[in-house]
Amino acid sequence: MNTRVREVKGRELKDENQEMSGSSMLIQALARENVDTIFGYPGGAILPTYDEIYRTGIRHILSRHEQGAIHAAEGYARVSGKPGVCVVTSGPGATNVVTGIADAMIDSLPLVVVTGQVATSVIGTDAFQEADILGITMPITKHNFQARTVEDLPRIIREAFHIATTGRPGPVVIDLPKDVSIASGMFHYDDEPNLPGYQPTYTPNKLQIRKLAEAVTKAKRPVILSGAGILHAGASPELLEFVEQQQIPVASTLLGLGGFPGTHELALGMAGMHGTYAANMALHEADLLINIGARFDDRVTGNLEHFAPQATVAHIDVDPAEIGKIIETHIPVVGDAKEALRLLNEVNPQPGESVRWRMKVDEWQQEFPLWYKEGSEYIKPQKLTELVYEKTNGEAIITTDVGQHQMWAAQYYKFDHPNAWVTSGGLGTMGFGFPAAIGAQFAEPDRQVVAILGDAGFQMTMQELSILQELNLPVKVLLVNNASLGMVRQWQQLFYEERYSNSLFPIQPDFVKMAEAYDIKGYKITDENEVAGVLEEAFNYNGPVVIDCRVHEEENVYPMIAPGQGHHQMEGVKP
Amino acid sequence: MRRTITATVNNTTGVMNRITGLFARRHFNIESITVGMTENPEVSRMTFVVNVSDQRGLDQVIKQLNKQVDVLKVRDITDEAIVARELAMIKVMTGSGQRGEISDLIAPFRATVIDVGRESVTIQVTGDTPKVEALIDLLRPYGIKEMARTGVTAFQRATKKSNDQTRYSIIN
Ligand SMILES: Cc1ncc(C[n+]2csc(CCOP(=O)(O)OP(=O)(O)O)c2C)c(N)n1
Repeated sequence: MNTRVREVKGRELKDENQEMSGSSMLIQALARENVDTIFGYPGGAILPTYDEIYRTGIRHILSRHEQGAIHAAEGYARVSGKPGVCVVTSGPGATNVVTGIADAMIDSLPLVVVTGQVATSVIGTDAFQEADILGITMPITKHNFQARTVEDLPRIIREAFHIATTGRPGPVVIDLPKDVSIASGMFHYDDEPNLPGYQPTYTPNKLQIRKLAEAVTKAKRPVILSGAGILHAGASPELLEFVEQQQIPVASTLLGLGGFPGTHELALGMAGMHGTYAANMALHEADLLINIGARFDDRVTGNLEHFAPQATVAHIDVDPAEIGKIIETHIPVVGDAKEALRLLNEVNPQPGESVRWRMKVDEWQQEFPLWYKEGSEYIKPQKLTELVYEKTNGEAIITTDVGQHQMWAAQYYKFDHPNAWVTSGGLGTMGFGFPAAIGAQFAEPDRQVVAILGDAGFQMTMQELSILQELNLPVKVLLVNNASLGMVRQWQQLFYEERYSNSLFPIQPDFVKMAEAYDIKGYKITDENEVAGVLEEAFNYNGPVVIDCRVHEEENVYPMIAPGQGHHQMEGVKP
Repeated sequence: MRRTITATVNNTTGVMNRITGLFARRHFNIESITVGMTENPEVSRMTFVVNVSDQRGLDQVIKQLNKQVDVLKVRDITDEAIVARELAMIKVMTGSGQRGEISDLIAPFRATVIDVGRESVTIQVTGDTPKVEALIDLLRPYGIKEMARTGVTAFQRATKKSNDQTRYSIIN
């Protein structure tokens, strides 16, 4: 692996209880929080902090657009489980990270975002590059702060990291006015933040665990819906133990993929709009639905009127507000997924009589597997994804953008391990996948990181090719190029009588030339027979690669639950 | 259903913004919000009167409030023994001939006339919502020119007797 990625210059830890500037406090605090990488972009209001970055040598990755920096921080957080740190300037710098903050909020990613701000003396006067970032980000952060005095700064930073990383993770913004970052004050970094209004519950109520255990024993048709909460809690081993003990099939949300081994015989794959028939039917027919760390997103549930009509619903979530928000819940379990499953395994309930149910589920899996038509003159994007799976032995870190390629990746890449799957689920942010891959590579320098992207989404943040070039970062960019906004085109075909309004790109840039302009290896594939060879070459090459793979332009994602339909009304379940 | 919820919150800048923003973006239906200081200068107390369709809706309001870092404690006090008060100022059209009549009318409510003009009087009333509304209904025939209500602020009673069910009518 490239040495430049590993390079972390020595950071000097200054003693506490001494006078220092606000910006120095920030860097000292980051060191104490074990932050090894900052993703960011400088500008006027944040210059004092950048001066401190220069002087201490803390690793800073310069994106070419602030959106790239924040998505990289998200990718880093998703893969490492550590908070992603993003530093930007005031005004436009800050507003450029708004999309990423909203994305991290809805997908529960721990971020600490430091935005420069104009000096306190001019806040509120529409000063140059002033934006009310506190007001703007209030609804899309777990919490936000503005440091009004330098004395407050250490406490605020400590609280920001604490809030971002505990309970249900999420993004926290620290707005740092320029004068505060210059002013000097006493630096203390207390370990225990004092936040009486913020006390996440980790240990579930024993009574609820007992109720759930009893329900498991009684159930004849149980199913688990496994969400990203499993990943955040690091609960995969406990989930596996529980499932094997109880023999309960597992459907996963898009974001939960990898929380339970994708190749396990009890794995049903993804549930929801483009989920598998077996996963959706299991949810529909179940008499016990155990949701662990998922939030019943509408893309998962389909029409709520038809959702799990016969099921007793149990819901384990560290965020009590998720329980009962969408679905009436009979067995609420507030707490950490790992702890809840550990307690359940301790109780070790007698498994229910569900042999016939498992046979039924098996039958669905055999009868209605994912399918696509092979053997046409075009490269099939599904086949492409399968080949990526094969050539990486299912062990790569995969990031995606948003659209058809994302659904195919979710369907055909069977993640056996947690934290190898990085995708924008809740917000569905185009432009996410490529910078997220950069962040993921920093989190896991020795692993193969593959960014599977649509040709359109890539063009939203492709300026970050500069980072690959500059650091020779070995991210592999695979464009599933259908010369269209594939997912939009699919909906226009199905629901707007093929009126392809603004969704086709017959004329495209030469992506190979573009890669080469950044001194990056570029490939273009148009023939299915070339795919395996090029992938192999790319994965064996220790450096960045862009592969422009021309796929069948009219391919649609199936199966599908059309808008307004229920799980039992899937379409395109067979060829 | 109409519920009365109180919350103690950190008295930080923007806290009101956080709460009202939360209500707006989650489409929670609020009738009134009051906020003010408490015996502790670092803590404010808010009282909300909300309209929710069912228990799950109510749970969401409470849980979402609780999720805010600056919210210290949330309570639905509707069914508890509480004292709830609001203040209303009502400007009523009157000729000089009707003033006596109005004075008689408002006396049982222990309302007071706080301003007198040539064609109007302004009445101040304090009490729980049914009382304030009963008075407003009585004054409506005279022509209400302007009205301002503070919204309810509420407190639990020191002694736990059941909710007071006083009703006000024309014949008090
Ligand atoms: C920022 C943003 N804008 C618009 C959309 C709506 N949208 C969803 S999928 C999609 C098409 C994506 O096209 P492409 O990146 O080529 O991927 P494909 O679906 O073709 O695989 C669009 C426009 C979005 N999700 N995000």
